[in-house]
Amino acid sequence: MFATLSDRLTATFKSLRGKGRLTEADVDATVREIRRALLDADVALPVVRDFTTRIRERATGAEVVGHLNPAQQVVKIVNEELVGILGGETRRLRFAKNPPTVIMLAGLQGAGKTTLAGKLGRWLKGNGNRPLLVACDLQRPNAVNQLQITGERAGVDVFAPEPGNGVGDPVSVAQRGIEHAQRHHYDVVVVDTAGRTGVDAEMMQQAIDIRAAVRPDEVLFVLDAMIGQDAVATAEAFRDGVGFDGVVLTKLDGDARGGAALSVRHVTGQPVMFASTGEKLDDFELFHPDRMASRILDM
Amino acid sequence: LSRDTLDEATWEEVEDTLLLADLGVDPTTRIVEALRERVKVLGTRDPAHLRELLREELLTAVGPATDRSLATQRRGERPAVVMVVGVNGTGKTTTVGKLARLLVAQDKDVVLGAADTFRAAAAEQLATWGDRVGVPTVRSDRDGADPAAVAFDAVRQGTEAEVDVVLIDTAGRLQNKVGLMDELGKVKRVVERHGPVDEVLLVLDATTGQNGLRQAAVFSEAVDVTGIVLTKLDGTAKGGIVVAVQQSLGVPVKLVGLGEGADDLAPFEPEAFVDALLS
Ligand SMILES: Nc1nc2c(ncn2[C@@H]2O[C@H](COP(=O)(O)OP(=O)(O)OP(=O)(O)O)[C@@H](O)[C@H]2O)c(=O)[nH]1
Ligand SMILES: Nc1nc2c(ncn2[C@@H]2O[C@H](COP(=O)(O)OP(=O)(O)OP(=O)(O)O)[C@@H](O)[C@H]2O)c(=O)[nH]1
Ligand SMILES: [K+]
Ligand SMILES: [Mg+2]
Ligand SMILES: [Mg+2]
Repeated sequence: MFATLSDRLTATFKSLRGKGRLTEADVDATVREIRRALLDADVALPVVRDFTTRIRERATGAEVVGHLNPAQQVVKIVNEELVGILGGETRRLRFAKNPPTVIMLAGLQGAGKTTLAGKLGRWLKGNGNRPLLVACDLQRPNAVNQLQITGERAGVDVFAPEPGNGVGDPVSVAQRGIEHAQRHHYDVVVVDTAGRTGVDAEMMQQAIDIRAAVRPDEVLFVLDAMIGQDAVATAEAFRDGVGFDGVVLTKLDGDARGGAALSVRHVTGQPVMFASTGEKLDDFELFHPDRMASRILDM
Repeated sequence: LSRDTLDEATWEEVEDTLLLADLGVDPTTRIVEALRERVKVLGTRDPAHLRELLREELLTAVGPATDRSLATQRRGERPAVVMVVGVNGTGKTTTVGKLARLLVAQDKDVVLGAADTFRAAAAEQLATWGDRVGVPTVRSDRDGADPAAVAFDAVRQGTEAEVDVVLIDTAGRLQNKVGLMDELGKVKRVVERHGPVDEVLLVLDATTGQNGLRQAAVFSEAVDVTGIVLTKLDGTAKGGIVVAVQQSLGVPVKLVGLGEGADDLAPFEPEAFVDALLS
């Protein structure tokens, strides 16, 4: 077993040294290795298909260029394609012309939304904003306390008028949160919502209703980097349900390859904007497509 | 599997089904090869028959006869001790709550131990579950307390109260964090001063891809996992990574999580799992 795609491809090409040009059989072998590497990295199958088709086109007849042997050449092509998909149109947060800017978080259960609310709050505060976190998960046991404590640790105010644990209406809290922010001159509102699966129609409708109530400038889809093939179904369900404008990948401090980054970008066209890289409030950064490309293929 | 001859496209559909369920490349390849062999021997031409054979192969891979019982019987003077472990956000605390409900329904006395002293409001979350299902929660009155001490204390109090089962919730941790994995090992060792831990349940989120295998391997190494709980099967994910986990580590899936409610925990049923995987 070869650890990295580069190693595997180098082995695939060992017999070709000096040939200078990839034959069709070489390309087949190459594409097989790339397919396997992508699947091992949890890139979704339909995305793997599109991707390998493109690689096949570009690798066919690839010549030795300069100092690069065919293996290096293909790795370079793969890397370029990956960065191309991951990095196309990266963009920063959109701030509202008339504050407050509203950022709504949505995603599956346990993805890292509440933690992210704290991280965003702290980061925004560090950038000179005056953020408010709004506690709209009134379902998960103690989600409200969790956000309150997180906000306290981040040094950011939390609007939490309802106790949660099944008590209170999240849509109403969302709406009152905006009013509270306007009245007290917060310039960014981060709306934490409950986790929901893509097939829970009632909960998805709740997210749509919260969205309608707060008219967010950004809906961020929070996605655990460990997710496998389900990334496609889930991303599509959130895209077609509440809708989203950007993606945050979480738990990137783990050792998952994070092929979901590629899947979600490819399937929904929405950019990955931020990376969450730990449980602490500072473990948060802008997303780096080039690092992610190397990570996915372990190059 | 809708065609009437077994052409390559049909085989590709079989492979896709398995890959899309997160079985992973190796288990998928093994199953497809075994299937091709059987199809050749049996001279199968009918896709419906192929589907039946695939179901059988998968069921064999999942292990229909595996013992999946939970060790929750008192041992002499001591309660059974169950530790729940896993990476962040998989559903550990929720599973502890649901499992307590299940045990209470079997007329068992249960105590919960809040050994997640790290995450914001983790102990409160567990205590809320305790209240919901009517069992007490042992917890520290301060954040950041030593999790091993809390776990030890929960077993001590459970023993004194002569309960049947002590369920210990632990903080989520990624398996590549060496310090946190060492801490987990310590929690278990300290609890073992009371006697052996009866079950170590690793909670795997069904949406998890190939990293699930690493999770299982590293947690097994650290705390000798005795069973898997596969959560969030109520979503669109199939949880196929557990096939590789069972095969490579020999640790059976014992329970499945099917929602966020107290009653949404069920024994793992291989047939239902395979049928869902193929649906
Ligand atoms: N290691 C690591 N853990 C994270 C990261 N982000 C969140 N977590 C942890 O993941 C777990 C779940 O995080 P939450 O913020 O509660 O997730 P959530 O999406 O709000 O969960 P629900 O509200 O239950 O849907 C917690 O243990 C967090 O500490 C991250 O980037 N890295
Ligand atoms: N849909 C669904 N959600 C679940 C299931 N089990 C747990 N959850 C949800 O997943 C989220 C995380 O659950 P927790 O029990 O807090 O997870 P945890 O592993 O204890 O998280 P940390 O302690 O932060 O690592 C919560 O929103 C739960 O309600 C399940 O079987 N199905
Ligand atoms: K499912
Ligand atoms: Mg939350
Ligand atoms: Mg927990």
